[in-house]
Formats: sequence, C-alpha cells, structure tokens
Amino acid sequence: MADVLTYVLHRDGAFNKNSLGAVSEGATRAAEVGGSCHAVVVGGDDLTDALCATLGEYGATKVFRAAGPEGLAQPVIDVMDRVISEHGHRYALFGGGLLGFEIGAGLAARRHAGVTMEVTAVRAQDGELVAERPILQDSKISVSHYRGELGIIIGRINAFEIRKPDAAVGAAEVIDVAVDYSPWSQRARMVTRGEQRGADVDIEGAEILVAGGRGLGKAEGFQLAEDLAKAFGDKAAVAATRAVVDAGWYPYAAQIGQTGKTVSPKLYLAAGISGAIQHKVGMQASENIVAINKDANAPIFEFSDLGIVGDLNKVLPKLTDALRARKAG
Amino acid sequence: MKICVLVKEVPDAAVEKRIDPVTGRMDRSGERNLNPYDTHAIEAAMQIREGGVVQVEEIVAVTMGPGSATRALQKAVSLGADRSVHLTDDGLAGSDVAATGYALSRALESESPDLVLLGQQSDDGECYTIGAVVAEHLKMPSLTQVIKMDLAGDTLTCERQAEYGYDTVQVTLPAVISVGDAINEPRYPSLKAIMGAKKKPLQTLSAADAGIDPALVGAEGSRVQCGEFKDPPAKPAGEIIEDEDTDATVARIVAWLDERKLI
Ligand SMILES: Cc1cc2nc3c(=O)[nH]c(=O)nc-3n(C[C@H](O)[C@H](O)[C@H](O)COP(=O)(O)OP(=O)(O)OC[C@H]3O[C@@H](n4cnc5c(N)ncnc54)[C@H](O)[C@@H]3O)c2cc1C
Ligand SMILES: Nc1ncnc2c1ncn2[C@@H]1O[C@H](COP(=O)(O)O)[C@@H](O)[C@H]1O
Repeated sequence: MADVLTYVLHRDGAFNKNSLGAVSEGATRAAEVGGSCHAVVVGGDDLTDALCATLGEYGATKVFRAAGPEGLAQPVIDVMDRVISEHGHRYALFGGGLLGFEIGAGLAARRHAGVTMEVTAVRAQDGELVAERPILQDSKISVSHYRGELGIIIGRINAFEIRKPDAAVGAAEVIDVAVDYSPWSQRARMVTRGEQRGADVDIEGAEILVAGGRGLGKAEGFQLAEDLAKAFGDKAAVAATRAVVDAGWYPYAAQIGQTGKTVSPKLYLAAGISGAIQHKVGMQASENIVAINKDANAPIFEFSDLGIVGDLNKVLPKLTDALRARKAG
Repeated sequence: MKICVLVKEVPDAAVEKRIDPVTGRMDRSGERNLNPYDTHAIEAAMQIREGGVVQVEEIVAVTMGPGSATRALQKAVSLGADRSVHLTDDGLAGSDVAATGYALSRALESESPDLVLLGQQSDDGECYTIGAVVAEHLKMPSLTQVIKMDLAGDTLTCERQAEYGYDTVQVTLPAVISVGDAINEPRYPSLKAIMGAKKKPLQTLSAADAGIDPALVGAEGSRVQCGEFKDPPAKPAGEIIEDEDTDATVARIVAWLDERKLI
C-alpha cells in the first residue's frame, strides 16, 4: 500500500488550481502503486465540510483539515508531519507555486525524506513512484528514485493537469486533526496576504503580448513596450517579468510566470527578458515566441521561434514605426 | 547580533554546466565563482549592519563544498563578511538537498546566529529550498524569496511575492531568510577589501567537527538518487537574426510576422 498525501492551498474559500492538479496527479499515481490519495488543508472557517468534500471529485478519498494560519509553510509542515506519522503515507505531492517548495523541503528535513522539486512528470515503476525533473536550465532531465519511508515530489507550476477521474469517489471524507504547532511555526505571523501592487491590468484575453524585462532599463523603459503593443492594435497588451514587478516598474497583474499568470497568446514578444525557468513556465505554450535580447547566450533563445540578438532600444522603436506605417498605408 | 550568510561556489555563468557521464554528478571542472544570488544575501547583511537599527557584531560566511570553495568564501569576505567557515569533507560529496541542508545546519548550530541569510537559488543546483531545510533543523521560522526586510528589535518584517500577490510576514528572530534578487543591488568589493580578504579568519570544519551524523550525508545518506540523465524532447531551433542593420532586421521581423498572419 503506497498512499499519497497532497497539500491543497486555498484562499477565500477557493482552492488553488495547481493544488487541484496535484490531487488529480496524486490520485492517478496512487492508484498505479496500489494506494489512495489524501489531502491536507489548513486554514479558517472558509474550509467548510462541503468545500473540503469537493476534493473527492479530483480523486482524494480523505481530507485532513486543521485549523491554522493560512499562507505560511511551517504550520502545514506540522500538520503533514502529524498526519504522515499516524497514517504512514509513502509519498507527499505538491503542485507548483511557492508554498509547496517551502513545505516540501521543510517536511523532508522533519521526516528525513528525499525531495525533488520542479518535477514535470511522475510515473510508477516497479511499484514505486519516480519523478522526472529538468535540470541545468532545462537542458537535461534527471530521474529521482526515493529511498526510505517517504518520498517528496514538488511539481513545477502547471505540470499536473486537473482531472476529474470517472472512478472518483464523489465526496471525500473530511477528518479534523488537532495539531500543537511547533514553537518556531508560531514565530511567523501573516500581516497582509495577497496584496495586488500596481494597476489592475487585464492581459489574459490578449492575442498579442509584448513582454518587458529588466533589459528595459527602468520603469520609463516600458513606454517602448506600450508603444509597440499599441502599434499591434487593440488585441495586444503589455506583460512583465517578476524582476521588474518586484522593482516596481510595472503592475503585478501583468506578471507572467510561476507566481504570476500563465498565458498562451498567438504571439509573445519578449524584450529584455533572459528567459528564466520561472518566467518560461508561464508563457511557453504561446503559439509564436519572438525574443529580443542583446546577449546571444540568453536562455530565452533556446525556446523562441524567432530570436533577435540586438539592443531593444534600437529595435523596438523601429519595429513600432514599421507597424504604424503599415497601418497607415 | 550575529548574521550568518550561506554562500556557495558554482560554475561561472560563462561555463557550460554539464553532468559528468562517469560520476553522474555535476562536472566541477572549469572556472568557478561565488553564486551570484548569494551576493544579494551578503549585501542584505551589510545593509542591516549599516542601517544602525541594531548592532551587528559579526557577519560570518558559511559554505559546504570542496577545497576550491575557499575562493567563494574570500569573495564573500571581500563583500563584507568578517570571517568564514568552510565545511568540507569527502563524506559530504554527493549529498542531496535534504542532506546538504542538514549538514549546513550542524555547522550553523555552533555559531548560534540570530539571523541566517541565503540566496534565492544556487546557479547550478536550482533547488530554491536549502533555507527551508536548514530552518527546520535549527527550529527557526523561515521564509524564502524575501524582497524587503525591516528589523525592529527582534521582529523582522518581510515582504515577498507568493501565489496570490505580495505577502507581508513578521517573524521573530532567530530566523532563516532566503532573499530574492530584487532585494538590493550588491556593491562591488573595493581593491583593498579584495586584497585583505585572504587575511580574514577562515575556519575549516570536517563533518565530525560539525557533529554531523555520517549516515545522514553523502551519496549514501541521501534519500534521493538522481540519475538516468536524458535529453528533453527536441524542439526545432528557432531562427536567429543578429541585428547589424536595424532597418533590415525590422523588415525581416515584419515579414516573419506577416507570414504567420500576426499583423
Ligand atoms: C520561486 C520563484 C518564483 C519566481 N516567479 C517568477 C515569475 O512568476 N515570473 C518571472 O518572470 N520570474 C519569476 N521568478 C524570477 C526569475 O527567476 C528571474 O529572476 C526573472 O524572470 C528575470 O527577469 P528578467 O528576464 O526581466 O531579468 P534578467 O534575468 O535580469 O534579464 C534581463 C535580460 O535583458 C537583456 N538586456 C539588457 N539590456 C538589454 C538591451 N538594451 N537590449 C536587449 N536586451 C537587453 C539581458 O541580456 C538579460 O538577458 C521567480 C523566481 C523564483 C525563485
Ligand atoms: N553547499 C552549500 N553551501 C552553502 N550554502 C549553500 C549551499 N548550497 C546552497 N546554499 C545556499 O542556499 C541557497 C539556495 O540554493 P539552492 O537551494 O541549491 O537553490 C544558495 O543561494 C546558498 O545561499
């Protein structure tokens, strides 16, 4: 018997999509190694019986619910540690995001377990689960095998598809667990959660995205991206990397990537973006990817359809002019 | 207060990183350097010291790695650390993330730091998680990807971007914080600091010195076995234009977009 325990993140009474993906994946893989998939939720009153039971639709048979602070990793480690020690799960599985990384790694330390992060595929082999993880800027894939009692798998964002298996039980059984939180878990306190910084722009409906990164040089550099988007027409919008959002150059609502949005427009034109994995995961499904970067070795060229090695300060204004001229003429 | 900064030696960004087909581990030959993400952690420590809100008695750079890793420590010292600790032992080679974090926590324990700072990721390992492992062993609160820190007494107010936007979290020291690269702009070391770095105290610890249980580290003590390296599905290489004459480049981009009916 090899049961899989997943953690399901939520906010304001709604579950996180990547967590639902983890439950679906956990249920599918647990079945392949003769086990069941269970879920842990930690939070307040919005975790109602009815809401928790819906995890059954994705394949979880039991949901362990603990009252505790939301959005912090270490209290969840306390809960999962407790649940695993009582029920003996063989694997713990997390969807992509930020919290899953912290919980998974901390749980590995707590239970002396092996952990693999950024996993893009899980499969059953000889009655065990093995995890595939791209390494070295996605140039190789490494396969993890687990030793010991517990194996921890942390998915890459969007790696696990949300599925509602036919064989799903319907409503999951909800079990309350009371946990004494460890002293160090209690030494962190959420002051504000999920603050949206900057204007509330809508980029998800855009067919064309002009995305800007640190290569734009400063906040004012985004004017070049906005001008180009305007020249493309009203189906175009401007997106950004985390580096520039953290720097306050552009609104968070326009951020693409692991802790931002996932998009798949017809055209994604990246200007001054290096192409870090956490950015790539949010835009790699775009139909056409064009990149302008002055560094010929920038990782973004590894996954762009058209790459321009050059200075965006030269290329963008002229490209904008060329598109405007076409429209006018 | 005492701040320990975890630093790592990694292949220089210009060196192509690869797996040694014989050992199945990262190829450690070629030019090596201090992990660039760690310079933000050192800078954050320096800014706490220079901020004057608390008195920082010591900033200690700590690494686990082979003999050559002393160079990364010297770089860390040239950037502001007062001294360094080098945990090195053949028995530690091949440790996975959990084992590395455990070993580092043992080396840190004897320092009793008030704050442990780390970089957001190592350029070669890209695990993002050593901090979370270290924190559990040290029984300290922990956050990763922090881009703003404010210290008042023993309360550290941190900001970071998580799944739903920006979170502000307060932790009580001692704590383990991994900083995002947007937190600051690291300074360049002065020539004097570079020259002086070799003279600052460097303590070498074996696994036994640090009180590490040999059964929990190294390839044998690791609970994950990585291997069977393979290539990802091949994707046809994109077209590349070197921009020499921008008018011609732009004409080619427009033609390319036109062909795909994108304009
Ligand atoms: C847990 C975690 C979550 C993350 N989540 C996200 C996320 O959601 N989204 C995200 O984007 N990132 C995310 N990141 C950060 C990510 O790792 C990168 O740091 C970030 O994407 C880099 O942004 P950038 O490409 O703008 O900057 P850089 O990496 O600094 O790249 C700037 C590029 O601009 C080029 N350039 C400079 N000047 C010019 C010029 N004049 N002309 C042309 N090119 C120029 C440079 O050659 C360089 O390649 C996350 C990281 C972690 C660890
Ligand atoms: N061997 C090591 N010695 C000291 N610090 C390390 C080591 N490996 C990782 N770190 C620290 O942990 C951070 C995150 O690394 P990683 O989890 O490997 O991405 C790095 O930026 C370093 O600060």
